[in-house]
Amino acid sequence: MQRRAGGKGGLIMTIVYSDREDEAAAQVPMRRIKFTVNGEKKIAEVEPRLLLAHLIRQGLRLTGTHTGCDTTNCGACTVLVDGQAVKSCTMLAVQVDGHEIQTVEGLASASELHPLQEGFREEHGLQCGFCTPGMMLAAKALLDRNPDPTEEEVRWALSGNLCRCTGYQNIVKSVLWAAAKLRAQAPAD
Amino acid sequence: MSQAVDEIKIGGLGASRKRVEDSRFIRGKGNYTDDIVLPGMLHMEILRSPLAHARIKSIDASKAWDIPGVHLVLTGEMMATRNLAWMPTLSYDTQAVLATDKVRFQGQEVACVIADDPYIAKDACEAIVVDYEPLPVIVNPAQAVADGAPVIRDDKDNQPDNVIYDWEVGDRDGTDRAFASADLVSKLELHYPRSHPSPIECCGSIADFNRATSKLTVYMTTQAPHIIRAAVAMVAELPEHMIRIISPDIGGGFGNKVPVYPGYVCSILASILLERPVKWIEDKSGNLISTGFARDVYLKGEMALRRDGKILAVRMHTDADHGAFFSDAQPSKFKIGLMHSAFAAYDVPVAHLTARGTYSNKAPGGVAYRCSFRVTEAMFFQERMVQAAAADLGMDQAEFRRMNFVPDDAFPHRTPFGFLTDSGQYAKCLEVGLKAIDYDNFRQQQAQARERGRLLGLGISTMTEPLGAGNSREYDILGIKMFDSAELKVHMTGKAIVRTGARGQGQGHETTWAQIVAHELGIPADDIVVEEGDTDTAPFGMGTYASRSTPVAGAAVAMVARKIRAKARKLAAHLLEVSEEDVEWELGRFYVRSAPDRGVTIQECAIAAYANMPDGMEPGLDATAYYDPPNLTWPFAVYIVTVEVDPDTGVWDVLNMVAVDDCGIRINPMIVEGQIMGGLTEAYAMSNMQFITFDADGNCVGSNYMDYLLPTAWETPGFELHSEVVTPCPHHPIGAKGIGECAAVGGPAAFVNAVMDAISATGVRNVDMPLLPDRVWEAITYRRDVSGAPPVRSDD
Ligand code: FES
Ligand code: FES
Repeated sequence: MQRRAGGKGGLIMTIVYSDREDEAAAQVPMRRIKFTVNGEKKIAEVEPRLLLAHLIRQGLRLTGTHTGCDTTNCGACTVLVDGQAVKSCTMLAVQVDGHEIQTVEGLASASELHPLQEGFREEHGLQCGFCTPGMMLAAKALLDRNPDPTEEEVRWALSGNLCRCTGYQNIVKSVLWAAAKLRAQAPAD
Repeated sequence: MSQAVDEIKIGGLGASRKRVEDSRFIRGKGNYTDDIVLPGMLHMEILRSPLAHARIKSIDASKAWDIPGVHLVLTGEMMATRNLAWMPTLSYDTQAVLATDKVRFQGQEVACVIADDPYIAKDACEAIVVDYEPLPVIVNPAQAVADGAPVIRDDKDNQPDNVIYDWEVGDRDGTDRAFASADLVSKLELHYPRSHPSPIECCGSIADFNRATSKLTVYMTTQAPHIIRAAVAMVAELPEHMIRIISPDIGGGFGNKVPVYPGYVCSILASILLERPVKWIEDKSGNLISTGFARDVYLKGEMALRRDGKILAVRMHTDADHGAFFSDAQPSKFKIGLMHSAFAAYDVPVAHLTARGTYSNKAPGGVAYRCSFRVTEAMFFQERMVQAAAADLGMDQAEFRRMNFVPDDAFPHRTPFGFLTDSGQYAKCLEVGLKAIDYDNFRQQQAQARERGRLLGLGISTMTEPLGAGNSREYDILGIKMFDSAELKVHMTGKAIVRTGARGQGQGHETTWAQIVAHELGIPADDIVVEEGDTDTAPFGMGTYASRSTPVAGAAVAMVARKIRAKARKLAAHLLEVSEEDVEWELGRFYVRSAPDRGVTIQECAIAAYANMPDGMEPGLDATAYYDPPNLTWPFAVYIVTVEVDPDTGVWDVLNMVAVDDCGIRINPMIVEGQIMGGLTEAYAMSNMQFITFDADGNCVGSNYMDYLLPTAWETPGFELHSEVVTPCPHHPIGAKGIGECAAVGGPAAFVNAVMDAISATGVRNVDMPLLPDRVWEAITYRRDVSGAPPVRSDD
């Protein structure tokens, strides 16, 4: 699918502070960053301390990336940065300057679900859905480098992501379902 | 000519229909509370107490007010001027919203800041200076009742000590007599550690008070929106029709999202004061240290036995640590919830239970975490006690259970504590489980392995538990009876919308409620949309927890569909030009009894309700039903686990886990299995790693996911599920029973029994959960019981 690039799709993040005519307000440091999200080019002005998860959720309004902890344990915030699964609560927004982000919103095309999305629905791999975007992206990073994983390999690859609802068994099945479908779709060499 | 429809094809009862809600979740298009942004919205953060017990000498918030972007700083003193410093709890106690006089647990809410941005609000919280004078701390029931213990709730009149209640149930004298005549008395003492439901999504709210319309809208993470509306009306003294509670998608609840928390109240007050929307999203440590915990009960008991293995009587005592405020979210008339559902699966002639509840300097709560109000502790004690008794008798674990089960022909059966169980095939379920785990073969392997120094173990847990509060006679919340409701509107084209008073958090209501309507009316499930969670549109109901949705709201859905069918029958008679008595129903269609080919579909009846109704009939095709269940539902479960324990490290691995659940009719088997696997995982978690504890100063250990361990895909074992035994609930309209929590309730004992079985040669009687490697190692190495709440093991 052709994605619209840059131009009018750009984004500027702005925070408006109440002006109390004091030094503090004037001194909030800002950095300008450029990055790509789901194929679209963006520009943002951010405080250096802003977390990537918050840039994605509040700045880009891509709320499919969730946050569920303060200690890099839950994985609900997992996105792909240059194809690697990254917990976006553990990266600063300024660190993605010049890099490419993929979020759950970029998984499906306009007409078709990604096989991982289909797999999660087919195998009942989700209940409340809160962990699901992170699980799918962690799984995507796995399948991109290992198209035919064993159950053990799937469990290991997802061990940075917590799910409180499903007990994981169906998540593992969902990923294996997607792997099989992706392999069937791949052009034979 | 119309024909009956195929129930499975239209997604009716028994269809493993793919979930409707998944379409949005897999696209990242769910709509959770934190995803909602309102124009002009501000952000709130909470400052919490670092100390477990201290007098507040002063609070200086001037530096916080100075930070650009700060709009409001709320303290207890300001709340008090509006009579909002304290609020009522669901257990008829009071709870501080923001502390005024003292803090009584670590993590207690002391102040809040409302600012343009959450980062600014956090900065401002750090700029608030609170001067505390530390006080002596109580972290368990033994300390709470010790001589000279400081009185934690000195804010209350008539509270001279730390005891909340002393309560008893059963037949004390009869039990004493039975014990006097016993051949053998088996005893057990254990601690069910404090745990936390910990859904991945934390709690949060967005309060939006509109001065122009006087309407307060609150988006919040609540499992029970109507109860919240009633509570807000009471606490904030706002008229109920001017309050709208919307519970959007919820990222898991498990009981954590039932109570009213101070954060909700503060966001509401802030919005009223500032006349702007105020969002509060809790962080994980706030969630773990301050919101509804679960369990934390010391249980002891004994069983009177006849030499041949017959149980003669049971005696139990529980000491529950409720934390600083008695805010158990439980709706029964019984102080310790449904603890006395213990031993319901067994034919126990007489029993007696005493229960004491005490305050401590720990977070309040006592929520039913994937549980019906203390049944988890009850069933855990029951199954540990049964294992100990069988061992004391030298009897086989399975045989002892088989011998004492309530037999299939004894229903309805009155338990010694007064519950009425109504159906089940206990022995049959046990046989299915034993066969699946290959019981006899495993026992041989175990004996052989033991000769080579390897420790294999097998644990069984069998139980029936009461699910689906109420009936309204015994169950209410703040006086509101525990019924539930459903509203069904059939549009003229035969499509429909269902709304209920429940609120799912992943259970798949949007999928299953439509299946019940499909079953009752023959309208394809895909033609029915389900909506819950908005108090302005949903009929009044008590929400979703304690596995009550299918037993109560699900029953209401069936009943409302039957009302619709009754009206549709009149329309059919009119269309077919026969009298109503001559009309017969089969799925999806009415037909003339004497001429079955002449019929009309439910869809044709629907259009007639708008376009061709008989003279004098009220137009339209919609109805509401309120359902007050005659009894709880009683599913039965068998969980069997085999493990291997490493004698050198105390680490144990699950070899196999078999689950046999008889939950009556399954509406959507795929979803039921998902619920069971989720519950089994939490059972495994509690037995293996998951607990919250406190050091002697009341510091919470387990306040984040680095200390509060939840199993990942890597640790979690695989499960083998069995559904061959089906005993329909005799009083539920479609024969269904609750299931959501069964595995979390009955599962933990299976794991613990398996490990205890593996190390039985040491003579160790009990290792308290969680069975961390060091505790198991200690038991094996020193041949002693390992009890108490780590790391404050001695409890003094
Ligand atoms: S929010 Fe939990 S790991 Fe990022
Ligand atoms: S589906 Fe709820 S946390 Fe995974």
